[in-house]
Amino acid sequence: MSQTRIDIKGTSYGLVIHVGPGDWNSLLGELTSRLEHTPSFFKGGRVALQVGPRKLTQRQLEHIGDLLKSHQMSLWAVIGESEETVEQAISMGLETRLDSPQVLRPSDEESERATTRAITDEQSAILVRRTLRSGQSLHHAGHVVVIGDVNPGAEIIASGDVVVWGRLRGIVHAGAGGNDGAVVCALALDPMQLRISRYIARAPARELDQENAGRNAPEVASVQEHQIVVQLWGIR
Amino acid sequence: MGDKMSGTIITITSGKGGVGKTTATANVSTALALQGKQVVAIDADIGLRNLDVVMGLENRIVYDLVHVVEGACRLRQAMIKDKRLDGLYLIPAAQSRDKSAVSAQDMITICEQLRADFDFILIDSPAGIEQGFKNAVAPADHVIVITTPEVSAVRDADRIIGLIEADEKGPARLIVNRLRPDMIERGDMLDTTDVIDVLAIDLLGVVPDDESIIVSTNRGVPAVMENNSRAGQAFRNIAGRLLGQDIPLMEIEAPTSWLHRIGKLMRRP
Repeated sequence: MSQTRIDIKGTSYGLVIHVGPGDWNSLLGELTSRLEHTPSFFKGGRVALQVGPRKLTQRQLEHIGDLLKSHQMSLWAVIGESEETVEQAISMGLETRLDSPQVLRPSDEESERATTRAITDEQSAILVRRTLRSGQSLHHAGHVVVIGDVNPGAEIIASGDVVVWGRLRGIVHAGAGGNDGAVVCALALDPMQLRISRYIARAPARELDQENAGRNAPEVASVQEHQIVVQLWGIR
Repeated sequence: MGDKMSGTIITITSGKGGVGKTTATANVSTALALQGKQVVAIDADIGLRNLDVVMGLENRIVYDLVHVVEGACRLRQAMIKDKRLDGLYLIPAAQSRDKSAVSAQDMITICEQLRADFDFILIDSPAGIEQGFKNAVAPADHVIVITTPEVSAVRDADRIIGLIEADEKGPARLIVNRLRPDMIERGDMLDTTDVIDVLAIDLLGVVPDDESIIVSTNRGVPAVMENNSRAGQAFRNIAGRLLGQDIPLMEIEAPTSWLHRIGKLMRRP
């Protein structure tokens, strides 16, 4: 019984915690210890609970909600096969499907749907052949390649690498969900904020001219010894 | 615009408020009418109407856009003839209602009717990205985005341009308003090149910051009517470019020379 029955995954829907079969109390114990060892990266995140055929009472759901709350996470969805569990979740105001509408990015603009995606194939890469403008956000479980600029106010969140054949001046998060090996490269790497996995780097305070200044060589950002390092492309 | 009876619908918008949409609409409309075109300007900022004041027509309003939409009057009745120019008309916004009183389809219907009788239909969009903006942009053949050389206004303009692109309205064109050469010289203001660099759309014109605009706005006489206003000249140039005339950028409009840019680089710590 030493097999892991709790599986925590970062997805484009936020964290998904899969709860396997077995005694509830020992599962709770395992979850508690896992959360204690979970990097602070997940703090403030939202959690979907995948419980399979298990039947959960309101008390059990509340318990788990409190447990997550004590780690600054919030439970927003319960996905289960048991009708009772689903009903219980609904009565508590929780979602019961990952793809319910409010899971999509907070984009109220219908016209922007085309620019906002959530795909769950871990291996896939997408190619975007235009400039991402302020307010546009691209989420992808996989790699992202942009041919065009990423303007200030635009964001890209990918579980894999991000490559921008153009100027990257928005917010970029590569390796979202905990992939420290992800990289970000751009012809002009000048992001407002650059995140890889759980590491965050911020642009130095802006000078007026800087919007245009940039260094004129392609660069690549990666995580080395627990911090984000930016290097000229080709010198690696 | 030789084909008579098929006007062009142009919406002027910005995202950020207070960058000069209404002033630009009044001045470009007036400048087009000065060139002998039949022009109607529509104030789509329902609830916060301004265009009538800037054009000096506020005391002539009987019916407005919402009356037309609700069938309380005919379209012709809501069209106020300019007091100076024969070919210029205004359809004012309602002051007592809000954006929900008009739909995008209403705007399309009204503009398509006007297309038959006018060379240009200019729409003054409200600020923001909500329903009022969508209504204003829905009927447009072309969209003009106006911004000031400030990072916040440029950010909003970028957002608007993204929305217009998603709407497949064709490429928007840009007016940079309230440029101050002295501030650019000191490195305290973005110059036109910096703005174009982010927005990457065609530049329709650059309007210098000009105190006479405030005076003319308060008096209800668009600056293009005054020959010695530099802003007025810039708006006349913009109107000329809309008519397909090849008018070079004014001195203040021209992007900074390479020499100046090097100077800026040297000054950087």
